[in-house]
Amino acid sequence: MDHFARLGMPAALDLEPADLDKAYFSRQRQWHPDRFVAKPPEEKAKASVEAAALNDAYRTLKDPLSRAVYFASLKGVELPVDGKTIDDPELLMEAMEVREALHEADTVEAVDALAEKARRDMKAALSGLASLFLRDDKPALRKALLRLRYLDKFVEEARARRMNLERAKA
Amino acid sequence: MTLLEIHEPGETPLPHAGEGTLAVGIDLGTTNSVVAIAREGKPAALHDETGRALVPSVVAYPAAGGVRVGEEARLLMAKEPRNVVASVKRLMGRGAADLHAVAGVLPYEIEPGSGETDMVKLRIAGKPRSPVEISAEILKALRARAESALDKSVERAVITVPAYFDDAARTATRDAARVAGLEVLRLVNEPTAAALAYGLDKGSEGLYAVYDLGGGTFDFSLLRLEKGVFQVLATGGDTALGGDDFDRALAERMLAERKRDGIADQVDEGAVKAALALARQMKEQLSDREKTSGRLELAAVPSFHAITRAEFEAMIDALVKRTTEIARHVLADAGMAASEIHGVVLVGGSTRVPLVRRKVADMIGKPPLTDIDPDEVVALGAALQAEALTSGSDTLLLDVTPLSLGLETMGGLVEKVVPRNTPIPVQLAQEFTTYQDGQTAMAIHVVQGEREMVADCRSLARFELTGIPPMTAGAARIRVTFAVDADGLLTVSAQERTTGVAQRIEVKPSYGLSHDDMADMLYDSLEHAEEDMTQRLLTEARVEAQRSLLALDTALAKDGALLSAEERGAMDEARHRLETATAGEDRDEINAAAEALEALSKPFAERRMDRGIREALSGLSMNDLERRVGE
Repeated sequence: MDHFARLGMPAALDLEPADLDKAYFSRQRQWHPDRFVAKPPEEKAKASVEAAALNDAYRTLKDPLSRAVYFASLKGVELPVDGKTIDDPELLMEAMEVREALHEADTVEAVDALAEKARRDMKAALSGLASLFLRDDKPALRKALLRLRYLDKFVEEARARRMNLERAKA
Repeated sequence: MTLLEIHEPGETPLPHAGEGTLAVGIDLGTTNSVVAIAREGKPAALHDETGRALVPSVVAYPAAGGVRVGEEARLLMAKEPRNVVASVKRLMGRGAADLHAVAGVLPYEIEPGSGETDMVKLRIAGKPRSPVEISAEILKALRARAESALDKSVERAVITVPAYFDDAARTATRDAARVAGLEVLRLVNEPTAAALAYGLDKGSEGLYAVYDLGGGTFDFSLLRLEKGVFQVLATGGDTALGGDDFDRALAERMLAERKRDGIADQVDEGAVKAALALARQMKEQLSDREKTSGRLELAAVPSFHAITRAEFEAMIDALVKRTTEIARHVLADAGMAASEIHGVVLVGGSTRVPLVRRKVADMIGKPPLTDIDPDEVVALGAALQAEALTSGSDTLLLDVTPLSLGLETMGGLVEKVVPRNTPIPVQLAQEFTTYQDGQTAMAIHVVQGEREMVADCRSLARFELTGIPPMTAGAARIRVTFAVDADGLLTVSAQERTTGVAQRIEVKPSYGLSHDDMADMLYDSLEHAEEDMTQRLLTEARVEAQRSLLALDTALAKDGALLSAEERGAMDEARHRLETATAGEDRDEINAAAEALEALSKPFAERRMDRGIREALSGLSMNDLERRVGE
């Protein structure tokens, strides 16, 4: 059963976060191990497996990027395991330049500006995904998702850099 | 008997319905413990004859025999120090390597030879005793208090643990309950329990935070409350930050003042203890007053010390700031802004300090919730959860993993399998492969922590998957599955997918890291993220380089004859360059050397492939060929 089906949601790139929560909560109410404390071991085990699967589904579908990656995998677009390789030379160039800029940024404001730009780029790239799915343009999807994953990682790196700068200041 | 205090007028004092289903909530604290019971959604702490809810977490094995717990044990501390244990919670699930961290804090004799591969044991009153059995004594006392207050047998409990308790400490807590004759219905994280105590009463919805500042630890958690569902979004903390630090700052100031006034103190353990006790008193007074003073007498030399609240606040400002800094990181982890928080629940005696309340209020822009006693709130929440689990309830508690869980991969890198803040129970798997041709076993090393390198994380368990059939490097598909149950306990299993060879382990944590280290690990992770990234890239380049060297050597051994002496010379030179680069620290040099070798060996690889195809085709009929292609 795929993650969408498990939560009773239509398989789609966009979904309403409130609907997802509602579906998840109602199923966890049914399957969470806390509901099975007094039940026989086999029922407990079954509930635990189901609750774990629900958590995995929810976790995957909640974040727009991980949902897009998962939705793409259902459509046959596979990405390399966790962004270890960037095989797109254009993206590689972009990544190197921005990383260098981050490395050189020596004020919190400068880091914030870079992170803000990355967030804007992510937003734009996310909203561009729908049309790629519509056209079923697999190479373009793969490229866009790899870039999104890189941007996501970059935002996290910027957060680390920001924290170190704040520390150094204090 | 204090039954009247815990019942609404007109309620049946002893409900006979649900006979034998009575379950209590227990806050097993470092300094104090509390037991509470909830009935029909109304929790109450159980008091002793004198009306006290707090049971000091102190156990004494007096020379006269027997066991004393709580206030009675504490009174024996001065008289029989070697027979009394306090703060045993700090040792739950700890090994020998942790002891330096608590040495000086806990003046105990350690049982020689313990703690190497097992939990450390203390030598108390001439006998070895484990933290599990000492904690069990506290639990037995709490159970007895509950049974006498409720006039009923109590066999089940929800026990709270700090969000940062690792696998070893959680297991030890469960074991202690078993020794005390209590079935643990669920281990619940302390901040979660506190939120339960508030949320249920008020039917609140939205984003809530729990700010828990105890004597020696700090925790900050974010929860979302919605229609009876408690969803923990993120949690974080520091196990070496608490109200004791406030006392220490004040005590140091007083000792410095004495020195300034020309008193030559022998600053020994006794002097420090006296100064700390006075500091604590003055700190508590400053919660209600603008200024206070105290008299410190050491070696019969008295001194007088006055302090204003403003002075005190200036002293502890940096400590309090550290807590709000941690809170901000937890918010960032959850992708939330402080302004989105509907309310902050305060837990722990140290949250009575006005500066703490003010800073928390500043951070979220509204006053924190303080209407439940911060010392009892955790036990009250645990009691509510105990009732929910036994009598059924509409409330649901969705908790998360506080630290990431992963595996060691080539070069000492960590591959995270379960990221922190993943909702539990959870089962997640990842595939790995073999590194060498013909490799038949794979070492599985399970670690906990946020850093990129294994050396910076906590080692939880090691086991070996054996019986992998010999295959070319990278052909085996080894699926490693991490399952974390609703109590936060981990089981890891590994399976080779092409053959089904399987191995499974209940993680028995190796002891060797303190809770302090655990907290550091989390907060280190961000501070070190930059250097970790560099280290990771370098290690990956090295691993990649070694992989190609290995493949090249295999190929040369088999088909070296396909190369001219000249080609072979060039290849050896390029090979040597890569080998040298790999030993160095320059990632660019490694990559350049690897590329050069790759370019040089391309024609060789093509020749090998041609030869391979020729060999494969020779002597085959057309039918054989078709069959082979179809395979």
